Amino acid sequence: MTDAALPLPRRAPIREATAWDRLKTNRNWLGFWFMVPAAAFLILFLAYPLGLGVWLSFTDTRIGRPGEFIGIENYEWVLGDSKFQDAVFNTLFYTTIASIAKFAIGLYLAILLNHHLPFKAMIRAIVLIPFIVPTVLSAIAFWWIFDPTFSIVSWTLKEMGWRTTNINFLGDTWNARWSVIFANVWRGVPFIAITLLAGLQTVPPSLYEAATLDGATRWQMFRYITYPLLTPIIAVVMTFSVLFTFTDFQLIKVLTNGGPAGATELMATMSYNTAILGGKIGEGAAVSTAMIPFLLGAIMISWFGLQRRKWQQGED
Amino acid sequence: MTIKTPSLDRRSFLSGTATLGAGAMLAGSGLTDFARAWAQSAPFKPEANASIQILRWKRFIQSEEDGFMALVSAFTKATGVKVNVINESLDDVQPKASVAANTNQGPDMFWGLYSLPHLFPAKCTDVSDVCNYLGKKYGGWAPTAETYGKSQGKWIALPVAYNANVINYRQSMIEKAGFKSIPKDTAGFLELMKALKAKSVPGGFALGRASGDGNAWVHWALWSHGGNTVDKNDKVILNSPETAKALEYAKALSDVFVPGCASWNDAFNNKAFLASEISLSNNGVSIYAAAKAGAGKDPKMKEIMDDMNHSTWPVGPVGKPTEFHIAYPMLIMKYSKVPNACKAFMAFMMEAENYNKWLESAVAYLSHPLKAYDANPVWTSDPKLGVAKTAGWDTLTAGGQGSVGERAASALADFVVLDMFASVCTGRETVPGAIAVAERQLKRIYR
Repeated sequence: MTDAALPLPRRAPIREATAWDRLKTNRNWLGFWFMVPAAAFLILFLAYPLGLGVWLSFTDTRIGRPGEFIGIENYEWVLGDSKFQDAVFNTLFYTTIASIAKFAIGLYLAILLNHHLPFKAMIRAIVLIPFIVPTVLSAIAFWWIFDPTFSIVSWTLKEMGWRTTNINFLGDTWNARWSVIFANVWRGVPFIAITLLAGLQTVPPSLYEAATLDGATRWQMFRYITYPLLTPIIAVVMTFSVLFTFTDFQLIKVLTNGGPAGATELMATMSYNTAILGGKIGEGAAVSTAMIPFLLGAIMISWFGLQRRKWQQGED
Repeated sequence: MTIKTPSLDRRSFLSGTATLGAGAMLAGSGLTDFARAWAQSAPFKPEANASIQILRWKRFIQSEEDGFMALVSAFTKATGVKVNVINESLDDVQPKASVAANTNQGPDMFWGLYSLPHLFPAKCTDVSDVCNYLGKKYGGWAPTAETYGKSQGKWIALPVAYNANVINYRQSMIEKAGFKSIPKDTAGFLELMKALKAKSVPGGFALGRASGDGNAWVHWALWSHGGNTVDKNDKVILNSPETAKALEYAKALSDVFVPGCASWNDAFNNKAFLASEISLSNNGVSIYAAAKAGAGKDPKMKEIMDDMNHSTWPVGPVGKPTEFHIAYPMLIMKYSKVPNACKAFMAFMMEAENYNKWLESAVAYLSHPLKAYDANPVWTSDPKLGVAKTAGWDTLTAGGQGSVGERAASALADFVVLDMFASVCTGRETVPGAIAVAERQLKRIYR
């Protein structure tokens, strides 16, 4: 037998790599294409509407009619408008008080839930309920709770003989403000509690053990272990909380529609009322654009805070 | 207004063609026969294979909606035009219509409030042919119907109906306060309100942002004292001694209101009245309709039905009625591909054979804009409802002396007058302070 010489496969001559070849294997180029869908989405649904909103605020656009560029006239008007000033005050007041209350109660609940309790999983699920209920639905529930005639709270107090008249929850300037804040806090606490709880569970138990051996008190353990390790998550959660509260709309719309006499008007509801109900899109856009500096401020605080080493690592 | 569950069911779509109940109602009503004959002879011929989408305010009285759907169904049977009816809560109609006008897409027809068509007159189909046809046939339009329906000499909307906003009161409760009927003048009315608080059950008007009831009473208070937002040329004239008097009067009234009025929206007074918690409020005749509907099952409702009555508004120092009833105009968007079908529907709806039945089914919640319908039995069959008969002739229009256009609509939507009254009545502002804030806003709107 003779070995038949098998014909060797003919190799293609090595050619110069084309620009296309290089591009095909270029990781940056590929990365660019992977990013395109996300970028397109962001530009189309976030950047464009935002830019459009800002542009509209410099025009006198009305519903059904394109407007003309009028410079900062809308801003001049809203800044001098006492209703707008009220709305800014209300928004800041609402955001500050509600955020502080939500944080305090949320942290307290998180720490409580972090302990070994009977039916722990169930209790944690129950805590989430206010967050799961659609906002409008919970707003309607509060609408009945705060009703001037049929309020369950007033009824109970009257039945117990502690009051003779109904509480004027939403008809009095300050009562109305506290009532909507209460509703907002009720709704916002679970988000903070559950997120902080998740953060608490990442704290290594060994740290507490070591602290116990060193004779640390409970307060010291919280102050020097829990709190520093929680700071990054607190920063994130509070940024979100402040943003959500600042831009709240549904609760106010259903509960008071900004009343009585503008006492609970927030910038978000004012923007909607002016632009959509009143038809003055330019002015409404100016009101909502005026929210941007405040929101940016809130984001900046947490952004720069998060960059800081001591925030990240909990150093003092 | 009647009880409204905000937003819960705001997107309840009702297909006109598929409404079996309405179809069943038709069988015995003879509506279909009329509809067929009408389709043959009417001057308005729908496009071939047309289908219409109408967005209307969500009904406050079930029988009114049933009546409406019955005529929708008859129209479809006679003309083959499919009609889709979308129901939205009253406050949501305007934003939806505005967005549709802005984007040139959406329902073909909108049925909304007050000066809705005047927010975007350029987007409304000219319906002069329909309105002139109806006006000629049915004894002429109420003057305010022309004001609401016309823009620059052309009809841009069909004034379908009014909703009379009147004083609802409990006879036994005002008698307990020492009155036999509602006083005819504002001074006497204040005395009644004081006596109700002191000796009987207090009454109250909405001071929250209630677009229907709230606007109705504060405009009455303003106009009855000679105050006005603007003059005939749309010049802002709010800052006047008359406005100050109106505010002082309203403050005195609100001091004897039942607590909580500052938070009332359009639904609160209905609930409170039906629970016998208040003796008097302003509303459409829908509370009575609700009591009547429940009277068979609930003795409490029967008691309210028997005891309650309606009254026109007291006349103030200006010496003539200054009522403010809701107007319900219907418009066809210019972008509609089937304007003729829409016009045919409008004309069909307003024909006596349909409109009379519908008016009856609405139990006086709707009042007519055409003179011929004065003869409708609903105005005489129940003396308690007669008060709503001439709403179209008694009411002033949005903007008062001024134009009814988009600026008046803007002022209403911004609650300029309502907030001015509310801020004085709740003690947030002094009278001059509240006037100054409102005046500045009005000047901006009417610039």
